Amino acid sequence: MIGNFPFVAVVILLGLGIYTLIFKKNLIKIAIGITLIENGTNLFLITLGYRKGAVAPIYTQAPEGVPMVLPTPQALTLTSIVIGVATTALILSIAMIIYKKYGTLNSDEVRRLRG
Amino acid sequence: MKEEMSRIVRTMTTLIYVFIMVYGFYVIAHGHLTPGGGFQGGSVVASAFALLVVTYGNQKTQDFLQKDLLSLLESTGLVIFICFAFFGLGATFFYNFLSNSGSLFGSSATIGVNPGNLNTGGTVTAMNIAVGIEVLAALGVIVLTMSQASETIEKKEK
Amino acid sequence: MKKSVFGFAFLFFVAFLLLSAFGMRPFGEPSFSEMDDYYIENAQAETGANNVVTTIVFDYRGFDTLGEATVLFTAVVGIVALFREVAK
Repeated sequence: MIGNFPFVAVVILLGLGIYTLIFKKNLIKIAIGITLIENGTNLFLITLGYRKGAVAPIYTQAPEGVPMVLPTPQALTLTSIVIGVATTALILSIAMIIYKKYGTLNSDEVRRLRG
Repeated sequence: MKEEMSRIVRTMTTLIYVFIMVYGFYVIAHGHLTPGGGFQGGSVVASAFALLVVTYGNQKTQDFLQKDLLSLLESTGLVIFICFAFFGLGATFFYNFLSNSGSLFGSSATIGVNPGNLNTGGTVTAMNIAVGIEVLAALGVIVLTMSQASETIEKKEK
Repeated sequence: MKKSVFGFAFLFFVAFLLLSAFGMRPFGEPSFSEMDDYYIENAQAETGANNVVTTIVFDYRGFDTLGEATVLFTAVVGIVALFREVAK
């Protein structure tokens, strides 16, 4: 039960992110929700690759005879983090443009003002 | 918003900026030996750029770091990365043709735990440097563009 | 009305996620690791680099990194194009 706590943390992160996406109207808050879901996915990938008592898969001055964690999920998480940074920057830029054009960040009001 | 922060912050930023840059390039260059790599090191260097923007304001940072140069660096990094991928085309795309060949980055590593040799890794090391240049330039362009745009929007509202 | 439907769907989804989180295999014991064991054993001999993660990112799965670099480049191009009118 307590051994599965990392997976529960993933569920908490995903749940908070999806709650934000469904119930919040502010565009900045929606961006925060998307980032939370991203981080939950990254944490899930990392926890999938963990071995008990293992060290990072790097041979430079590693302790002898200790197993190493799975490297592939870590590599994929690295990819996902960089893509997350790029998409977050794009989302925030579009939010800035929307604020400049409509004067508000509320998605409902944006829809109501100009078709 | 004031354009510049106080003298204490400015002095500390000029001191720390050098160390952040050196640390970022260390992480890029040792990507095949220690935790890190092109992406992480590039992000560290770009965070130094963000520190400059926060401390000195947008205008002075733009004079110091030309955005066109960063844009050029970004394209150059990506082109070098793809070129290294194409050079291995004798076997496959992304073939590691430099490793264990004895040339630059080509000495073979001792198997097992070792203190690390900088001249190993083959195309992994070269691609690390190329991607590091690309990421630091890309994130720098993002930081500079967004800060400049937010400043312009703020000015227009007044 | 719409909000309550969304709320029930959200609660159902989170309950499903929680159930599957408790029903997963225990933390720290991967079920299948043949591919990763191969990487850990042979990465040093095949590429000469000590860092297995970097080896996977740039060598074994280079196409992934190529796509990632392209996504980053495209995002930067998009941001610059978005702010081209504003910055004038």
